[in-house]
Amino acid sequence: MTRAGLSALLSHWRQRPGQLAALVLGLMLATALWSGVQAINAEARNAYDRAEGVLTQGRFARLARADGGPIPVADYVALRRAGYLVSPVIETDYAGLTLLGLDPLTAPADALPGGIATETTGFADFSAQLYVSPESADQGLPGAQVLPSLPPGTAVADISTVARLTGVFDPTYLLVLPDQPAFLPPIETATDLELRLPDDSTDPGEMTAAFHMNLTAFGLLSFGVGLFIAHAAIGLAVEQRRPVIRTLRALGLPLRRLIALLALELLGIAAIAGILGVLLGYVIAAALLPGVAGTLRGLYGAPIGAELGFDPAWALAALAIALIGAGVAGASALWRVAHMPILAPALPRAWAMDHGRILRRQALAAAALFALAALFAAVPGGLVLAFASLAALLLGAALALPPVLSWLLSRARPLARGAFAEWVLADTRQQVSGLSLALMALLLALAANVGVSTMVGSFRETFVQWLDQRLGAELYLRASNPQELDRLTAILGGRTDAILPVASVDRPLLGQPGSILAQADDPTYRERWPLLDAAPDAFDALHAGTGVFVNEQIALREGLSLGDPVPLAPGLTLPVVAIYADYGNPEGQAVMGLGPFRAAFPDVPPLGLAIRADPDAVPGLIEDLRAAGLPDGAISDQANMRRISLMVFERTFRVTDALSALTLGVAGLAILLSFLTLARMRLPQLAPVWAIGQTRTRLAGTELGRSLALAALTFLLALPVGLALAWLLLNRVNTEAFGWRLPMILFPGDWLRLALLAALAAGLAATLPALRLARMAPARLLQVFVHER
Amino acid sequence: MLVVEDLAKTYPGATTPVLDGVSLSVAAGETVALTGESGSGKSTLLHLVAGLDTPEHGRIAVGGADLAPLDDAGRAALRRDRIGLVFQQFNLIPSLTVEANLAFQARLAGRTPDLGPLAARLGLSDLMRRYPEELSGGQQQRVAIGRALAAAPGLILADEPTGNLDEATGDAVLDLLMELAETTGAALLMVTHSERLAARLSRRVHLSRGRLT
Amino acid sequence: MSVRIALLLLALWPLTAGAQGFANLGTEAEGYALPDPDHVWDFPADHGPHPDFRIEWWYLTASLQGDDGHRYGVQWTLFRLALTPQSPEGWGAEQIWMGHAGLTAEDSHHSAERFARGGIGQAGVTAQPFEAWIDDWRMAGQGTDTGDALDALTLTSRGPDFAYDLDLEATGPLVFHGQNGYSVKSEAGQASNYYSQPFYEVSGTLMLPGGEVAVTGQGWLDREWSSQPLTDSQTGWDWISLQFDDGARLMGYRLRDASGPAYTVGTWIEADGTTQALSPGDLIMTPLTETEVAGRSLPTEWQVDLAGRDLSLRVGAINPQSWQDVGFAYWEGPVTVSGTRQGVGYLEMTGYD
Repeated sequence: MTRAGLSALLSHWRQRPGQLAALVLGLMLATALWSGVQAINAEARNAYDRAEGVLTQGRFARLARADGGPIPVADYVALRRAGYLVSPVIETDYAGLTLLGLDPLTAPADALPGGIATETTGFADFSAQLYVSPESADQGLPGAQVLPSLPPGTAVADISTVARLTGVFDPTYLLVLPDQPAFLPPIETATDLELRLPDDSTDPGEMTAAFHMNLTAFGLLSFGVGLFIAHAAIGLAVEQRRPVIRTLRALGLPLRRLIALLALELLGIAAIAGILGVLLGYVIAAALLPGVAGTLRGLYGAPIGAELGFDPAWALAALAIALIGAGVAGASALWRVAHMPILAPALPRAWAMDHGRILRRQALAAAALFALAALFAAVPGGLVLAFASLAALLLGAALALPPVLSWLLSRARPLARGAFAEWVLADTRQQVSGLSLALMALLLALAANVGVSTMVGSFRETFVQWLDQRLGAELYLRASNPQELDRLTAILGGRTDAILPVASVDRPLLGQPGSILAQADDPTYRERWPLLDAAPDAFDALHAGTGVFVNEQIALREGLSLGDPVPLAPGLTLPVVAIYADYGNPEGQAVMGLGPFRAAFPDVPPLGLAIRADPDAVPGLIEDLRAAGLPDGAISDQANMRRISLMVFERTFRVTDALSALTLGVAGLAILLSFLTLARMRLPQLAPVWAIGQTRTRLAGTELGRSLALAALTFLLALPVGLALAWLLLNRVNTEAFGWRLPMILFPGDWLRLALLAALAAGLAATLPALRLARMAPARLLQVFVHER
Repeated sequence: MLVVEDLAKTYPGATTPVLDGVSLSVAAGETVALTGESGSGKSTLLHLVAGLDTPEHGRIAVGGADLAPLDDAGRAALRRDRIGLVFQQFNLIPSLTVEANLAFQARLAGRTPDLGPLAARLGLSDLMRRYPEELSGGQQQRVAIGRALAAAPGLILADEPTGNLDEATGDAVLDLLMELAETTGAALLMVTHSERLAARLSRRVHLSRGRLT
Repeated sequence: MSVRIALLLLALWPLTAGAQGFANLGTEAEGYALPDPDHVWDFPADHGPHPDFRIEWWYLTASLQGDDGHRYGVQWTLFRLALTPQSPEGWGAEQIWMGHAGLTAEDSHHSAERFARGGIGQAGVTAQPFEAWIDDWRMAGQGTDTGDALDALTLTSRGPDFAYDLDLEATGPLVFHGQNGYSVKSEAGQASNYYSQPFYEVSGTLMLPGGEVAVTGQGWLDREWSSQPLTDSQTGWDWISLQFDDGARLMGYRLRDASGPAYTVGTWIEADGTTQALSPGDLIMTPLTETEVAGRSLPTEWQVDLAGRDLSLRVGAINPQSWQDVGFAYWEGPVTVSGTRQGVGYLEMTGYD
């Protein structure tokens, strides 16, 4: 019975392979986009874990020499013998890798890279090994063993091995264990070494959370859109198989068995679609990952490889998502079958019965969600709230769409001239409920597109402007010591307009990691520095040593405004006289005048030079500097920096662009399927109008026009939603995630492009059913009357 | 084969019953025509007997099995194993071939019928690979009859099996139906509008305002 | 004594043995020296390390009385483990040092653990002047010119929530276990060099979360080195060192064996330091009371009988929860002795899972 029933149900797909393809495609896309994003996130998370595992993220406090030099072993032993729990680390370059030498006997248990403590066989083995990351496996290092938990470009070994390999015996720094023995004075009092506290804020997990949340949100959106498609396809399949289902029951297939068979069929299709989706998701993720990796490196300095690993756990989770998605999409269809009376004639569902109540409920829910979105946006309270506001806005907009469309169409009714126009309006209004899922998908995709393109566009304009202001000099040099600096200055002598010394020192600002920059008194800065807010004569105060500039990041984070005091060095606290834009920098920064800086930090020599020169002379200067032995890395010319910065920027948002385009494509597909479903079920509505005296061509044209009108209305509604989304992204999400606020710039040109795209999608989707209608044999239409008893 | 006693049915919302105390008995090998005006309750009676609907009161027994205690699955099993249904609309499965349609109900009941002789008698031998939409109405109805008979039912219920066919084709289909019922010893209860066709069956009952006359 | 050997090996096991396994390590004594029954004792040199042997320790326990009226106990242990028979200078870690410290009060037990590699000065032992140390934990001679180098010691240690600073003064001679310090461990012939200083008078200060406590009491130092561990089937041990009020001492241990009866041996020490090695089976140790400790059941009160000496003792823990919560955890704490003789002592138990 099972096989016979299943063969009857499955034979349907043989006749309608397109429908099967749509169902598989919908589930596949949903799975692929969702799992692709998950794969990227998992890969990034894995990279952060690896990075954290090797101490580079400063989870432990450290002792180091102020001058950065090595710490004599005797100093380390002296600290141990005074009772302090510290552990030596030698960090050095070796064969192009950053080589870390650890002492597992004294290191905090969780300071060893994952895998060493548990997988390997103990100290005797560890001390004989050199562990490298998988990326360096083929570098041919003697005795190297691959440890997957290591970040790219690092190697780890016992400190004795590192000493033997490199000849470096003195630790680079000492880790300070979090729990020190009882009854000891603070460690700072026991040593001349500088204590550096753990840096919580440079944890890339924290810094990149926003980025990943962004991706996840897009993944979810795409997943939802994919489910719309699957839902439509399943609904269509059930709708079309109604007579078969009734015959099967009449011939003696019990209802429960029938439902089980339909569920089994769905499960099988979902499993196939899920596997395809996992594969596609992997391909998407692998294609996007280099961009994501570039973004994360560029924005946060988070080390992440560009190659995607394949994790079976991820694949299984993605498959489960596909099955759950299919279940969600198919539940209503199965419910309908279960409640379909065995004797009921094949009447299409009575549209719009009771529909008023659903619309009212949707409108109320949408209003509540909008209120919630406004509330979340108004309350300053972290990234999660910002994203919650975003989610409420989008969901509310989707729910508001059917009632708003319905209301607009009912308001337009008095405008209709003639019976046909009236019928078109009334009929369109009825259609809204059947199309609502697809239209919601379109709305979300359009709104996301408007929002993201507005954000990226605003960011780009602001960023380019800021680059021009910030990169005031034509050439930047970095010397490794003051003598070299003098030598360089001599080489440049007389061929430049100005040579401006640049100095900087890494120092916590108001308890947060940050740096202080020294700025020469020069029109280069006075005229162009990207000030957001400044007191009168701010530059005079800067160079007189009576004021300091701070970047927007620290000002926002610490709530600084003009006049607030900022401690800069022991005994030196200056009021804020200006706040400047500093995009792309996750840390706080302060600017002092060069004179006051030298007075405050006599030990920090200015090793940088900003050089003003005729742009045409720059290549020549660079050549001379290289000839003088200055390494490439120490020379940056403005044009090159600008180019690289913009490249990093473009890469940053390539992923967002790609996902937003994919989402739009998926929404287009959803619309096509919805129209196909509806077209079939709409024959009974169209046949009488045709019989009363309208040509099929006119009816088809009307169908097409109606689809375009609905898409256009949806776009018009998506526009304000998208702009609200952009506002949230720029003013809430960016502020929380990156620490800077951006002006919102509108790009109506983009909207036009998007509107055309939406019209194209809807038009293409409606064309096929309309063409079919126009060419439909009159007998088909007549059958409506025969079958509908 | 079929015993109906004091059957009554009123549709929800209706004031008068569609069936009001119908009793009927059809023996194995007997062919009975059920006639009556539109709305007299012919199809309702047929649906009740097939277990597609449930009566208010009264008893239905097919091959000695009482329908009343059966749930949906039980009634489905009864249809599968003991009843052959032939509809006016044929109700073939459009996505299956003629051959698969013929075997379908038998396979549902867990049997693998020998279709060769049946197809030959139905004149379908050359059409086995075709799909229903490629057949004429008469051919489709022959497939539907074949589907019912391939399951070797004790009782054949036919609801205007010739209603969608022209007179000549209808006659041929009825001949076939009666001939097959006779050779398999199945009982036949057929709803028809046609006095001419009704006269050809072994017995005839008339339904009027919910009662048999 | 062999129980300490096994303790050391098991404690270092996650770091050292690994894939080779515990049993394998024992059979691979090649390259290391083996204990010699004809060893000629040479002090103070023998107080220092013997790097050509695989394992060695300086193990001190003290049963103490506080000026607050409460009883206390202190443990200070430095283990040496050779990864190879060499001991190069620098980071090359061929000699590993491990310290265990414990401080037992009647209602609390504190423990700490340290590791270090030899060759950089973070841990080590020198015989002259005598000093054994790891980090700021230190056991050092007080530099008296007369008598043995171990006669007067200072002892310090520090953990996450305790510290102590003690002076030790020996009132008797060094004693040698087994045959002139050659202590045979099993029928298979595993052995160690093993001597003790069981006659310390102790005074000093304990630092606890609740404040400082001045203490006095009795201490016991064990010195032992070997290259061979226990046999495979020996699952754990119960070790006691007892100091009687009349000046006599008793060291005994029971090696529990999965494949047969426990193996019990020890040394009887008169107040003047003359010793009698006990024959296997002379000493009978019978568990009396079990206590739930760290999720397992341990005997924290014992009946101890010694045939031929009319000795019938009841040995009970001062704090039954004396759990040394270190990498390889075990029970170690002070005990009081009653019965035919009175006194104090220390109890160590391992291998209860």
